[in-house]
Amino acid sequence: MATPHSGATPPLLQVDGVTLAFGGVRALSGVGFDVQPGSITAVIGPNGAGKTSLFNTVSGFYRPTGGRILFKGEDITRVPAPQRARMGLGRSFQNIALFRGMTVLDNIKLGRHAHLKTNVFDALLYVGKAQREEAELRRDIEERIIDFLEIDHIRHAPVAALSYGLQKRVEMARALAMQPQILMLDEPVAGMNREETEDMARFILDVREEWGVTVLMVEHDMGMVMDLSDHVVVLNFGQVIAQGKPAEVQADPEVNRAYLGSGDVGDLRRKLHAANASQPTGVA
Amino acid sequence: MRIGTLKETYTADAALFDSQTQKAWLAVAAALLVLFPFMASDYWLYLACLVAINVASATGLNILTGYTGLVSLGQAAFMGLGAYTVAIMQTHWDTPFWLNLLAAGGVAMLGGIVVGIPSLRVKGLYLAIATIAASFIAHFLFANLAITGGTGGLSMRPASLFGVALDTSFRLYWLIVPVTVLMLLGAANLFRTRIGRAFIAIRDRDISAEVLGIPLLRYKLLSFGLSSFYAGVAGGLWAYFFRVVTPESFPLLMSIFFLAAIIVGGMGSILGGILGAVFMTMVPELLKLVFDLLPNSAELVVFLSPVRTIVFGLLIIGFLVFEPHGLAEMWRRIRRFFHLWPFRN
Amino acid sequence: MDWAFLFEISLTGIASGGLYALAALAFVMVYKATRVVNIAIGELLMVGAYLFFTFSAMFALPLWLAIPAAVLGTGLLGALIERTMIRPLLGEPPISVFMVTVGLGSVLVGLVEMIWTADQRRLPDFMPSQPIMVGEAFLAPKVFWGAVIAVVFIAAVLLVFRFWRGGVALRATASDQAAAYSVGINVPRVFSLAWVVSAMLAAVSGIVVGSIGGISSSMGVFGLSVLVVVIVGGLDSVLGALVGGLFIGLVEALAGAYLGGEYKLLATFIVLVAILMVRPYGLFGTHEIERL
Repeated sequence: MATPHSGATPPLLQVDGVTLAFGGVRALSGVGFDVQPGSITAVIGPNGAGKTSLFNTVSGFYRPTGGRILFKGEDITRVPAPQRARMGLGRSFQNIALFRGMTVLDNIKLGRHAHLKTNVFDALLYVGKAQREEAELRRDIEERIIDFLEIDHIRHAPVAALSYGLQKRVEMARALAMQPQILMLDEPVAGMNREETEDMARFILDVREEWGVTVLMVEHDMGMVMDLSDHVVVLNFGQVIAQGKPAEVQADPEVNRAYLGSGDVGDLRRKLHAANASQPTGVA
Repeated sequence: MRIGTLKETYTADAALFDSQTQKAWLAVAAALLVLFPFMASDYWLYLACLVAINVASATGLNILTGYTGLVSLGQAAFMGLGAYTVAIMQTHWDTPFWLNLLAAGGVAMLGGIVVGIPSLRVKGLYLAIATIAASFIAHFLFANLAITGGTGGLSMRPASLFGVALDTSFRLYWLIVPVTVLMLLGAANLFRTRIGRAFIAIRDRDISAEVLGIPLLRYKLLSFGLSSFYAGVAGGLWAYFFRVVTPESFPLLMSIFFLAAIIVGGMGSILGGILGAVFMTMVPELLKLVFDLLPNSAELVVFLSPVRTIVFGLLIIGFLVFEPHGLAEMWRRIRRFFHLWPFRN
Repeated sequence: MDWAFLFEISLTGIASGGLYALAALAFVMVYKATRVVNIAIGELLMVGAYLFFTFSAMFALPLWLAIPAAVLGTGLLGALIERTMIRPLLGEPPISVFMVTVGLGSVLVGLVEMIWTADQRRLPDFMPSQPIMVGEAFLAPKVFWGAVIAVVFIAAVLLVFRFWRGGVALRATASDQAAAYSVGINVPRVFSLAWVVSAMLAAVSGIVVGSIGGISSSMGVFGLSVLVVVIVGGLDSVLGALVGGLFIGLVEALAGAYLGGEYKLLATFIVLVAILMVRPYGLFGTHEIERL
């Protein structure tokens, strides 16, 4: 259930009772939480908890089987994904989804696609409208994004040639190019070393500071989660089992059990039984 | 990184030909293109026209298959649509050639969009197979409708410009080559804009592309439409060149030819489309030359056709196994060598 | 409504469908093991038929020698193809391998034309020639016996897949090569085997088809109908090859009889388009789901 808001500033994003089922498998069951504007919200949970499915549902890749999603108060549950991008939902992906046939610069420019106006006739001619729009885009990206993320030295490099850490940064750059109001980062520091993680954390904070972008992230790195987030939502088996301030969530016994397990086989059996009972067909 | 290519403005960085050497070569090429028809024999003019038509069509296919990743074996069918449109309009209404060519492109574009409609549900090889089906259906229509002249096809009068009939290779050169150059320029421009980037995104990762703001069906249809527009215009030029259009003029084998051309040339690069089309058009001529030079040429000439077929197949296989990025990549390697010379790598 | 005629046509259709099913099985064999769409299946069929022609008509070998020689020869070709042009493209996008098979088809057609010329030829008869009557319906003997041969081979393959662990190995390598390696399956050997068996099945199919309609360098066009069969049945389904084959055989026979010969391929392709729109993975194919 979505938590009722005070009414002062409406939440930027509201996930309200979202259920997502694939045949007999329930990926999400009645997931609900709010994301306040200007906040950094983290979604955590063990592997397979449904975090990426949640992101995919909010992005518009999956259509939920129940519940709704509201963005700036508007119901976007039926809105197609490309339009959600234009409305301000920016996204980076868990397994880097850069376009390997393009350079870093082109990948970033692609993020702005939904906001550009060039049509096919302008494009074929190029001189005139298209050229102006491209120059403007280039200037904006260079000054606001490439400088900001410190990737100017690789702007013309083909993305396939970059290290993992740099690719992740380019992903972020592309997401920023989308001019998002909410930036959804799926495991932004996965596989990074300490230094890269700190850099990324700094970028995320700066993005919120300088751009006024709200951040929703899936993350496993508890240090990141505790240090950065204002609000934490914990998923397990497709359900929200806890949410609140980082410290509260960290102390929650349910959360600890989900992550660490209680070591008690009987408890495990009970949990599996409960999970099975909530699914229409028996999935062991 | 090339030496001496510092740019001072973003616009300069985005230019198609960005160094002095490149611009110089471009000027030379342009001069050659203009002088060529005055120096060449009829045979070479004929070849030049054919090469240009193939370059135009291959570029169209490159947009769809090389850049957007939608494999199509229907290119010949779309060319056929264009060719028949030109033939019908020229014969029935005697409309000016530029109108006929635009109409040819338009009709082919519509055909392309229709064929592209399944592309959302149907991907990769399945789509390729659907285009084979479309090819057959088109062939059937060409052979069985009254307006297309049935199996006998149509023959037409030449195009005319200010009263001058374009009925020699020399005259047609001045129609075909500029049109091809314009089409090449358009294609190159496309990939400097968001439209081109969207195509490449669809090729590399279409589901992510959608979440990033690219409406898939619309852009896939755009790619199909644009590429078949190119095919239609190329088909129209073909019709003006050969002046006879029959259902057998555009067989599935021709679609395979164009696919081979972009594989050999290098998919996903404009230069690749050019190199591939030139190469594939010239190889049969080269073979003919080789056969003429052989001692028993009179007896061996019967083998020319099968050898051509074998060489064709071997080129496809050979390039895919040994040089999947095609002639364009080989060209880039040579250029890199000269850029860095006398340094190694 | 001439029911007797309809019955007769349907019978012929189903019988020739059996032949389609056999060729489709050859296709499915390769796809199941290596995920390769071999569009040159029609040309492999053609090679089998031409090898048989060479051994029996040109070298005058007895049938019991010529047929196995042709089949084995084609099998060898299959192994050669796999080793030289399929294996190097492991890991490349499927479209590349598909194009290689397109090139292969061209090479095979060219070779046949070069060695045997493009003229149509007849294969020596080896099947009983009394007409087969089912009630009042006439079934051409070659078609009937061809279908019988096809059924025998299909049944044999189905049994082998079911009971021989090689069948499981085949499926394992198709779904996950690395995992197959790690449990000790000799993946390259499985690939070769799949191609060899596929080529041999194609050869049998080719010999039968060639016996019915003669052989020529354009026999490969049979492959297009086979392609439709496997799309209808599902690219990786043996059962689909069977059902799809029968279905397409029926469709073509009916179209040919009631609409005219030139409508056969058209009808087949309309079925293809319909299936691609409604059920692109075919009646029994497995749907691969993409993850974001």
